[in-house]
Amino acid sequence: MSFRTYHQVAGPDGSGIAEQVGAQRARVESRLRSVRRIVAVMSGKGGVGKSFVTAHLAAALARTGRAVGVLDADFNGPTAAGLLHASGPLRVGDEAVEPRSGMNGVRCVSMAHLVEEGRPLAFRGPQAESFVWRGALEAAALREFLGDVAWGALDYLLVDLPPGLQRLNELCDLLPAPPEVLTVTIPTPESRDAVRRALRAAIEREAPALGLVENMVGPQFPGDAGQVLSDEFAIPVLARIPWHPTPDTWQRLAERL
Amino acid sequence: MKFLCLECDEQMQFADRQVPGDGTFAAAFRCPSCGRSVALLANPMETQLVGSLGVKIGGRTLDAPPLEMVRGAIQGRDDAFVEEDRAPRSVWSGAAVERLSRVPTFVRGMVKRIYADYAAQHGIAEITPEVMDRARVDLGLEGM
Repeated sequence: MSFRTYHQVAGPDGSGIAEQVGAQRARVESRLRSVRRIVAVMSGKGGVGKSFVTAHLAAALARTGRAVGVLDADFNGPTAAGLLHASGPLRVGDEAVEPRSGMNGVRCVSMAHLVEEGRPLAFRGPQAESFVWRGALEAAALREFLGDVAWGALDYLLVDLPPGLQRLNELCDLLPAPPEVLTVTIPTPESRDAVRRALRAAIEREAPALGLVENMVGPQFPGDAGQVLSDEFAIPVLARIPWHPTPDTWQRLAERL
Repeated sequence: MKFLCLECDEQMQFADRQVPGDGTFAAAFRCPSCGRSVALLANPMETQLVGSLGVKIGGRTLDAPPLEMVRGAIQGRDDAFVEEDRAPRSVWSGAAVERLSRVPTFVRGMVKRIYADYAAQHGIAEITPEVMDRARVDLGLEGM
């Protein structure tokens, strides 16, 4: 018995899967056409303050009159809505979901809007071997947060990424062009090594690296991760954030973005 | 995914889909030459995997509503959404309203919208449980 290949069988698959996926991509592209810059705030290391930086940077940008949105892509540890005071129900229309407006008018969508306070993100369906489909569902959630939310005309859409590299890769796959990346580190050697991998991954995905934010600078965390990575990747340290930043700290970062 | 009738060396055509329960997804394909049919039965995990891609086996007849996958897949909070009012195009029978009330609040607005769009598209004036059953099969809506 011999078989023809998929492509040798010339007829369509009957489901139009390629067309359906194409329509999903077109929806994302169309929705984001009015967004001037998409900036992924990433690290590769957990606990360095990505969400904190994202929220305060967004608020500082908005304070200078820019239209700003924050997509909280940390689905398993969503904090952006709380940091931006943008909690509450989302309004659903025929075509899209309205993001919540928070601090200084920053528009935000987060899994925290959808999942009960204090509960983990849980999917319906068979839990056995959920590792097989869970990643695909999270990628689909990211696609819907990009394409099904009425972001409107924005100067900046900041995407708050979780630790690790998976969500950055998904974002690069979903967007028409790779996002700019703003990389957050703390001064320690451990952070430096993890962030190095993430930066390398971003560059391999051809995502333009805007620079570094060194967070939690002070005697509590000794090290020079920001400077080392800046030299190594030839990108600037855009801000060194002390333990007790002031509004001016964020304003200066916003001006350098 | 394509199905080939080995007897006829013909590509089989999509014929029907059903969601018989237990998370199973069934799709039937028929050979246009000899008429032989086969059924694809996806187990719950496979159904979930296909669903996570946001695609429908057999094709889509309605545009995906906003956050369709998220609302259908996650266990969400009851007060997550406020549905915008829209002019009703079909009336709902009492039994259909009662059945709709059993859908979890998190997803109910979207489900109602899907049934209303289906009824409008098919020129159905009254949405009844039978219409909901038909839409569920036609649209491949597991668990709605």
